[in-house]
Amino acid sequence: MLFLAALVSVFTTAGIVYILVKESVLFFRHVPVWSFLTDTQWTPLFDDAHFGIMVLLSGTLTSSMVALSIAIPLGTVIAIYLSEFAPYRLREFAKPLLELLGGVPTIVYGYFALLFVTPLLQRLYPGLPGFNLLAAGLVMGVMIIPYVASISEDAMRAVPMSLREGSYAMGATRMQTALRVVFPGAFSGVAAAYILGISRAVGETMIVAVAAGMQPNLTFNPLEPAATITTYIVQVALGDVPHGSIAYQTIFAAGLTLMLLTLVFNVAGHVLRKRFRETY
Amino acid sequence: MRALIAKHKRRDVLFALLGLLALMIGILTFAALFVDMALRGFGRLDLDFFTSFPSRHAGQAGILSAWVGSTLVMAVTAAFAVPLGVAAGVYLEEYARKNWVTDLIEINITNLAGVPSIVYGLLALGLFVYQFGLGQSILSAGLTLALLILPVVIVATREAIRSIPQIIREGSYALGATRWQTVRYHILPYSSAGILTGIIIGMARAIGETAPIITIGALTFIAFLPPAPLQAEPPYLSFEWLLSPFTVMPIQMFNWTSRPEAAFQANAAAAGFVLVAMTLAMNALAIWLRYRLRRNIKW
Repeated sequence: MLFLAALVSVFTTAGIVYILVKESVLFFRHVPVWSFLTDTQWTPLFDDAHFGIMVLLSGTLTSSMVALSIAIPLGTVIAIYLSEFAPYRLREFAKPLLELLGGVPTIVYGYFALLFVTPLLQRLYPGLPGFNLLAAGLVMGVMIIPYVASISEDAMRAVPMSLREGSYAMGATRMQTALRVVFPGAFSGVAAAYILGISRAVGETMIVAVAAGMQPNLTFNPLEPAATITTYIVQVALGDVPHGSIAYQTIFAAGLTLMLLTLVFNVAGHVLRKRFRETY
Repeated sequence: MRALIAKHKRRDVLFALLGLLALMIGILTFAALFVDMALRGFGRLDLDFFTSFPSRHAGQAGILSAWVGSTLVMAVTAAFAVPLGVAAGVYLEEYARKNWVTDLIEINITNLAGVPSIVYGLLALGLFVYQFGLGQSILSAGLTLALLILPVVIVATREAIRSIPQIIREGSYALGATRWQTVRYHILPYSSAGILTGIIIGMARAIGETAPIITIGALTFIAFLPPAPLQAEPPYLSFEWLLSPFTVMPIQMFNWTSRPEAAFQANAAAAGFVLVAMTLAMNALAIWLRYRLRRNIKW
């Protein structure tokens, strides 16, 4: 009985792969893989249908880049600060607070991006459209900070005290110790935190769906509106799409792309962890 | 030499300030979010808001069908995720032998935690909605979210069980207890607070999930309640509500946010405020439980 319960996780993975591949195979019977990868238009719901995943991929990558350029530096600095600099009481107070920040529903962040951050940014860049990747990416970055900070901090705390003491005994300052001893020592854990952040950014749905608009747009400019892989799935699901139609199958092809993308990052994370693992 | 030391000390202080600043950015953003939502939504937060259905008129719209839907979906999620997650955690910690099947299960759990939530939505759309014919119902949504939070519950259960020292188990076995008796009378009671923490965090995550539920096709405009689970005539209990169409809090909020009228956005703010208050309360409860746990247990 207990064994069956544990097997549910395996069934889930198998179910995901089965469903995604099954529907995608039907999709790729209509649309050659080559044009899926190289077409520069994404208009699956029009009469003149084009299926160029690049268009959606560009939106996903752009918003993720914006998010990560916020989350990785800030998350790392917070982790180093909390692990090496902050007084004990501040740390005990800040960590649960960060966890709370990570627990806020993403739809709420989406609301925030659209109705608070975008008007704010429009004051800086008056020409900014109401839907844009920049606001979505920035808020997504703030959403990801707690994940990156919390996991990196755990990794740094796991570095043995004797290494720090050795460094201090050599006359190093706190910052030198943190950056040249603790950070490299914890790198495999920190890399895992980054990878998790990347997966979150790529798979994030509601923030971009609300704040970045949903029209497909082949662009790497964060100031423009664009659709991502995830928002396309939401858009189709919101409309009434008949089961078995080509539009129904496209969301599974898009999902498969998303799944493969996160898989690449997870495998990369695994390799990084193995290569940089320090044993004490 | 003295100048060099002074320079490095200055850098130390600067870095500490930078760290504090980064922390503040995160926390202040959250404060801005919360205050902005409270200010915009406060005017809409009254009793009527909780007891009205959504409406074409922003001023009369409420979240009755949304919070009822959320509650029912959460009930289904808990009914599946808690027994399955705890059972899987107990199996992996207390029963599993070290072999390739166990490795496979463990790798799977780690990977599932990294799968984007919308992919779970696609799984549910293909499997629950069409293959099993459950339709776009509360049952489908509850099952989807149960799968989504299963890794959270399993990991929390395993960590709670792992922190119980080996001597407890040995003592129990020495008195002639079977493995099941040890689990039932020692392992589960001692790890219950830790498991509960994991369950609460998982449920807090599930209640705010929007993407997978949109994907399975929850409606955004529902002006009726699912059939009541308790009925006046026998057999008193009815499970019709499981197959009823529904909406949930985050979807209601999404619907209002994507409208251009300011009045609906005030509704979205109010709904968001309720949603954040709920998840914050749940997370705070979990953190408090963990804190108490750390203080009270002395093995």
